[in-house]
Amino acid sequence: MSPISFLEIEGLRKSYGANEVLRGIDLSVEQHQVVCLIGASGCGKSTLLRCVNALETIDEGQIRLDGDVVSGEGTDVDRLRRDVGIVFQAFNLFPHMRVLDNITLGPRRIHRHSRAAAEAQALELLERVGLAAKAGAYPDQLSGGQQQRVAIVRALAMNPRVLLLDEITSALDPELVAEVLGIVRDLAAEGMTMLLATHEMSFAREVAHTVCFLHEGVILEQGPPERIFGAPTEPRTQAFLHRIVEAGRL
Amino acid sequence: MTAVEARPTARSTTGRSGHGLTVVAAVVTAATVLFVGITAVRLVQAAPRSGGWHWVLLAVAVLGALAALLLVLPVLSAVRYGRLARAAEAREDPVAVRRDRFRGRNAARLAIGLCVATVIATFFVVFLLANDHAVQSTFFAPDMVARSWWDVTKAFGKNVFIAVVAEVIVLAWGLLVALARLAPGPGGRPIAWLATVYIDAFRAVPAIIVIYLVGFGLPLAGVPVLSSMSPTWAAIFALVLTYGAYVAEVYRAGIESIHPSQMAAARSLGLSYPSTMRFVIVPQAVRRVIPPLLNDFIGLQKDTALVTVIGTVEAFTQAKTYASNFFNLSSVTVVAALFVLITIPQTRFVDGLLAREQRRLQAR
Repeated sequence: MSPISFLEIEGLRKSYGANEVLRGIDLSVEQHQVVCLIGASGCGKSTLLRCVNALETIDEGQIRLDGDVVSGEGTDVDRLRRDVGIVFQAFNLFPHMRVLDNITLGPRRIHRHSRAAAEAQALELLERVGLAAKAGAYPDQLSGGQQQRVAIVRALAMNPRVLLLDEITSALDPELVAEVLGIVRDLAAEGMTMLLATHEMSFAREVAHTVCFLHEGVILEQGPPERIFGAPTEPRTQAFLHRIVEAGRL
Repeated sequence: MTAVEARPTARSTTGRSGHGLTVVAAVVTAATVLFVGITAVRLVQAAPRSGGWHWVLLAVAVLGALAALLLVLPVLSAVRYGRLARAAEAREDPVAVRRDRFRGRNAARLAIGLCVATVIATFFVVFLLANDHAVQSTFFAPDMVARSWWDVTKAFGKNVFIAVVAEVIVLAWGLLVALARLAPGPGGRPIAWLATVYIDAFRAVPAIIVIYLVGFGLPLAGVPVLSSMSPTWAAIFALVLTYGAYVAEVYRAGIESIHPSQMAAARSLGLSYPSTMRFVIVPQAVRRVIPPLLNDFIGLQKDTALVTVIGTVEAFTQAKTYASNFFNLSSVTVVAALFVLITIPQTRFVDGLLAREQRRLQAR
C-alpha cells in the first residue's frame, strides 16, 4: 500500500446478527480517482458504501479520510458526512419539498448559507445537469432520471470531498440510464473523487481508475479496468463476468 | 355445398327468466305500500286536532303515502322487461332475451331493496307512535324544542370553545409527546419511557374519570394556579391530557410510517437528528396523519358533553336542566341534533381526504 491515501479502509468487518456481510475489506481511494465496486447482488457493495459515511456502524477495522480516523465510537458523523456525500439507488429525494428546497436544505441548515446564496448555487448546479427549468417542481413530477440527477446535485451542493454512488442507475428505466451516467462521467473528468457500486460494467470500464470485484464480503480482485475486465485472474471474477456477458450487459 | 344461415347465439347463459323474482317484488311492494298507508292513517289520527303541528303531521302522512306509491314503479319496470324478453324469445334474438331478462331482474331487485329500506324507516315512525305517541312527545315534543333550543344552542357555544381550544393545545402537546416517545440515544431512553407511561395511562383511563378527577380533585388539592382554574379550563386541561395521549400515538404512527431512507438521506447530508425530524420527517408525517387526527378531534368534540359531570355549563348541562324541570327529554334531543350537525360535515371531509389519499397511493 502506498504511503497514505485519501480514503483508506482497513480490515473492515460488518455483521447483521449472525450474517457477516463484510469480512475484512482493505481498500484505498486516491484523490481525483474513481473506484468502482462490482459484484453480485448481496456481495456487500452497498453496505461498504453506507459504512464509509457512517450510515452503518462498523464492527472491526478502520476508515480514514485524509489521514483522519473517521470510524469508531465518538466520531462526529455529521461533520464526516459534510465531506462524504452519497447518492442512493432509490434517489430518496424529500417528496414534500420542491427540487430547489431539496438541494438548498443542507447548505442552508448546515453551512448556514443565506437562502439567496444557496439558491444561486443550486440553480447553477441544476443548470449543469440540464434541470434548471425544474427548480420549482416536486420530485413526483420528475422522471426517475431527472430525480436521480437532482439527488446528485443535492449531494454536490454540500461540496463533498468524496462522493459515494450506490447503484444509482439500478432503479431507472433503461432509456434514462445514460443521462445520469453522463453526469458521473463529467464529474470524473473534473476530478471528483468517487467510490461507486454499479452494475453498469461498460461504464465502470470507461470511467474507473480501479475496479474492485467483491465476493461474499471480501475484495477478491482489484486492478485497472483493462485487467479486471480483460484478463481477470480469479476464477470467480471470470465466472461473474461471464454471466454478465451472457446477459448481454458487457 | 349449401350455405348455412348464420344465426347469433347467446350460448354463454341466457340467464334465468326472472319471473319468480318479479312476483316476489310485486308481493313485497304491495305489503310495503299497505304498511306505509296504515301507518300514515295512524299518524293523522295521533296528531293533535289543531295547531301548526297538525298540518305538519298531515303533510308528512300524505307525502309518505304518496312516496310509497312510487315503489310500484320498479315493479312495473320489471314486468315490462319480462314482456320484452318474451317478445325477443319469439323473435329468436337470444342476445336481446338475455339483456331484457337481466334488466328485469335488476328492476325487481331494486324494488325489493327499496321496500326493505322503506319498511325499516316506517317501523321507526311506528315506534314514535307507540303508546299513544308517547315516544314522540318524550323525545320530540315541539313545544319543548321551541322552549329550550335557543338556550341550549347558546350553551353549545361553550362546547365549541372547549373543543377548539383543547384541539389547538392537543395538536402541539401530542407532537411533543410523540417526539419524546421516539427520543433517541441514552439520554432519550428515560424520556421515551416516561412518555410511554403517560400514553398508556391516559389511553386506559376513561375520559369522564379524568374530567372528574381534574375538575374536582385539583381545587380540593389546593395546588397553586391549577386549583384556581375555572371549570371550563379544568375541562380543557382534562381533555388535553386524555386526547394528548391518543394524538401522540397518531403522530408516532405517522412518523414511523416515513421510510427509513428519508432519515438516511437527510442524515447523509450532515443534518443532525433534530434538524432531520424538523425539516424532513415531521412535515411528511403530519401530512399523512391529518385524517386520523381529525377523527380523534371528532371524538374530542363529542366528549365535551362529558364535562357536565363537573358542572361546566355547556349544552348538555343546560338541556338536562330543561329535561328535569319539564320531565321531557326533547331539549336533550336538541343537543344530539347539534352534535350531528357539526360532526357530519367533518366526517364527510375526513372520508374525502382518505379517499383522495387512497387514489393518490393507487396512482403510484
